[in-house]
Amino acid sequence: MHTAFFLTASGPEAEGSHSILLPELPDLIWGSIAFVVVLIVILRVVMPNITRALDARHDAIEGGIKRAEKAQAEAASTKDQFEEALKEARTEAAKIREQARADGVRILAELKEQAQAEAARINAAALATIEVERQNALNSLRGEVGTLALSLASSVIGSSLKDDKVSASIVDRFLADLEADSSTKAGK
Amino acid sequence: MGPSINEFFPAPILFIGTPFELNRIMLIRLLAVAALLLILWLGTRRLKLVPGRGQVAMEFAIDFARKGIAIDTLGEKEGKRFAPLIMTIFFLTLALNVTGTIPGLQIASTGLIGQAIILSIIAYVTFVYAGIRKFGVGRFFKNALWLPGVPVAIKPIIAVLEVLSTFIVRPITLTLRLTMNMVAGHMLLVLCFLATGFFFNMLISGSAWGLIGAGTLLMGIAFVVLEIFVAALQAYIFAILTAIYIQLALADEH
Repeated sequence: MHTAFFLTASGPEAEGSHSILLPELPDLIWGSIAFVVVLIVILRVVMPNITRALDARHDAIEGGIKRAEKAQAEAASTKDQFEEALKEARTEAAKIREQARADGVRILAELKEQAQAEAARINAAALATIEVERQNALNSLRGEVGTLALSLASSVIGSSLKDDKVSASIVDRFLADLEADSSTKAGK
Repeated sequence: MGPSINEFFPAPILFIGTPFELNRIMLIRLLAVAALLLILWLGTRRLKLVPGRGQVAMEFAIDFARKGIAIDTLGEKEGKRFAPLIMTIFFLTLALNVTGTIPGLQIASTGLIGQAIILSIIAYVTFVYAGIRKFGVGRFFKNALWLPGVPVAIKPIIAVLEVLSTFIVRPITLTLRLTMNMVAGHMLLVLCFLATGFFFNMLISGSAWGLIGAGTLLMGIAFVVLEIFVAALQAYIFAILTAIYIQLALADEH
């Protein structure tokens, strides 16, 4: 078609002569087919593949950053927890130490008190014993001294002081005088 | 016989006489498209989180078109919207251009103007569509033609110039820039290598002038390297101009 047009337009030339500026039908047809086919492959195959790959890469990078951030946050919270636990443990230890110190003081005080009570008791017991001993000694002395004095007086006067009532009153008076005497002495 | 434009019009091989007629250049185009599709499919089939060497290269190429051309020009939102189209233009043009330097193929099917016209029409329709979709017909053309800050008296003249530059010159330059670069590159290579053959024949027949062939051979090799660069550059230019035209159509005011 175009060849024919060209031939008529430019006068008599050898058959099969072609124009460089006028397109020929097969050229246009195959050119269009080439374009359409490549466009379809790019639209249907290349673009989806590229988009998918780019998205996957984007996700991987983004995801990597997110994962790293998450791991960091986790590490931070774990660290916080550890520090919290450590602080609690320290407080606990301090409390226990304080408690122990207080207990120690208390136990010491109790022991001291017990010891003092014990000492007081032992002291009181000892005093009581001594008093009893003294009383006993006094009584036995009193008897012995009376007998001794009587026998001494008997031997001095030469007569037996048989009348017990009389002798007893004498002895008692004597002893009372003796005591009064010794007490006045002691009072001086 | 010297290099001629008929290099781009070999005899048809398949479907002769139908609109689907295939000659060597069309077969090379289909081969390039098949190779491109295979690379795109295999290269993005199993993209890993941590890319290997092949994947890094593939991702570099795709990111170059997707981000470097589409998103950097159009912004995040519009860039993503038009990225498939711009990537298609870039990779298709690159694949078709690069056959110009592949041994055994050695011709770029973008040297045929039909392919460039198709791509230009798509770029044209896309930027007009994008502008009308955003602003409506009236405001789009007003934005494009009725420029603010221009004295009212000369606004109509400017409008005519804008019609010319935006709606007529743009698609034509897009088309011709691509096609002519590929045609010229092919001609240069053919010239260099035909000349090399010619001079080496002279050398065999005993003429010292044949030594010039060494120079033309070196030039040919240098131009092959240049053509690889041009193949990528033209694909980049076509794609980025498409992106810029869309961006201009979407801009509130010029």
